[in-house]
This record gives sequence, C-alpha cells and structure tokens, in this order.
Amino acid sequence: MSTLRAVWDELLGLFVDDGSLAAAILVLVGLVAVLRDIGAIGGPVAGGLLFGGLVLILLENVRRGARR
Amino acid sequence: MLIHDLTAILSAFLASLVEVVEAFTIVLAVGVTSGWRPALLGTGAGLAALVLLVAVLGPLLNAVPLEAMQGVIGLLLLLFGMRWLRKAVLRAAGRIPLHDEEAAFDQERKLLRGRPEFAAGTVAFQGVLLEGVEVVFIVIAVGTGRGLLGAASLGAAAAAVLVLATGFLLHRPLSLVPENTLKFLVGVMLSAFGTFWLGESVGAAWPGADFSLLPMALGFLFAAIIGVRIAEARI
Repeated sequence: MSTLRAVWDELLGLFVDDGSLAAAILVLVGLVAVLRDIGAIGGPVAGGLLFGGLVLILLENVRRGARR
Repeated sequence: MLIHDLTAILSAFLASLVEVVEAFTIVLAVGVTSGWRPALLGTGAGLAALVLLVAVLGPLLNAVPLEAMQGVIGLLLLLFGMRWLRKAVLRAAGRIPLHDEEAAFDQERKLLRGRPEFAAGTVAFQGVLLEGVEVVFIVIAVGTGRGLLGAASLGAAAAAVLVLATGFLLHRPLSLVPENTLKFLVGVMLSAFGTFWLGESVGAAWPGADFSLLPMALGFLFAAIIGVRIAEARI
C-alpha cells in the first residue's frame, strides 16, 4: 500500500511541486482555449498568446521563488 | 528524420539519463551495504512491475482518440517541462541546492545499515519503480502523440545502457553527470514540445508548422537564462 502511495505521490510530483506554477499554466491554457473557441482571436494570435504567456509565467514564478 | 523524431529521441535520452542515474545510485547503495542479492532481486521486481504498468497502460492509450491524447499529453508535458525548468533555473542561480549524487548515496547507505535483507530489497524495488515510472511517463509523453513511441523508447534504452555500462565499470555513484544542466535542457525541450502540442489541440497555429519547435525551444532557453539572472539578482 505504501508503495502504491509512493508511486501516486511520485506521479503527482512529476507535474506539480509549486502549485501556483501549475495553476497559472492551467488558467492561461483555459483562457486561450476559450478565446479561440468563441472566435475572439485567430490561430497565430492564440499561439503567440500561449507562448508569450508561458514565458511570463515562468519568469514571474522564478522571481517569486528566488525571493522566498 | 523529422524534427519531432530527433526531439523525441533526445528528450527521452536526456530525461531518462537523469532518472536512471538516480535509480542506479539507490541500487548501488543497496548492493554495497546489504549485498547484491536483495539489490538485484529488488531491481528485477521493480522492472517487472514497470513492464506490467506498460502492458496495462499501452492498450488504454490506444483507445483514446489522437486529438484528445495530444491535448492531454501536451498539458502534462508542459507541466512537467516547466516544473523542471523552474527548478533548474533556481538551482543554476544558487537559490536551491544542487542534487548531489554522492550525498544521496551516503544518505541511502546510512538508512540501509542494519536493515534486514528483505527491507533492503524493498528499497531497491521502490527506487527502480519510482524512477522507472518517470522514464515510462517521459517515453509515453514524448512518443505517443505522433507515433514516436519507438524513437522515444530507443532514447530511453540508450540512456539506461549508457548509465549501467558506466556504473558497472566505475562501481560508484555517477556524480559527474551534470544533472542540473540536463534538467535545464530537458525542461526547455519538453516545454517547447508541450506548448506545441497543447497549442495545436486548442486551435493555435504555429508558423512553419513542425519547424516552429526550434525557435520555440530557443525562446524558452533565452527566457530561462534571463530567469537565472533575475533569480541571482533577487529582483
């Protein structure tokens, strides 16, 4: 049972260790998907928004991580 | 060979290298401290459990439509890649300590001293299983979406052979492997891979199609280097 628990924790830990990083990525992806779905933005803008947003999220998260 | 094939092989190779080195350290610690019988039995049981995992997951993955699969795998790759990249940036800036394989080896040996053979075998089993699960995920993640499972498996297998052969010759923890540099590079590649696939699944268009992976990876690399400067300066 403890091995299964450890495997589960390891799997979860693969994707999330700083919750705010994962949450910010999910919010950005959701936003891009919705904007694209309602036709508010085109494909290339969606790509730029996704990539640019991810870069900003990384930098902001690193900045906060370094100040802790 | 397409850029996707190369990226899949290289990502799987580099990421697996990191994980196999960690598993090797644990098995070596068990072997040296408690004997090679529990170390090898535990390793064998761990590998058997991994084969079982792949046998169960494989058919399940085939049942999922490709488009949905690309979205899910893209998101997981992105979460995984950005997590590694963030950690690698903070480590490169000296904000969190580097992973030390020699220290991990000594720590493992300390914990194993006086333990019965069965418990030592369990440590080897868990080490192989837990690090192996990561390798399985990486291979599935970089290989599934575009039918590159074979290429990704090849990359992971090459990493395992390289680590085991080197470890067999040296008979000590592979502390010279530049783990943080590898994590930095893999984080960049997996973030680019994940962004590309996830973008495709939410309707983003990438100029140059597959070839946009390269500038995207360079963009993440550039951002990560800036991130190191920001973390060093604690702006």
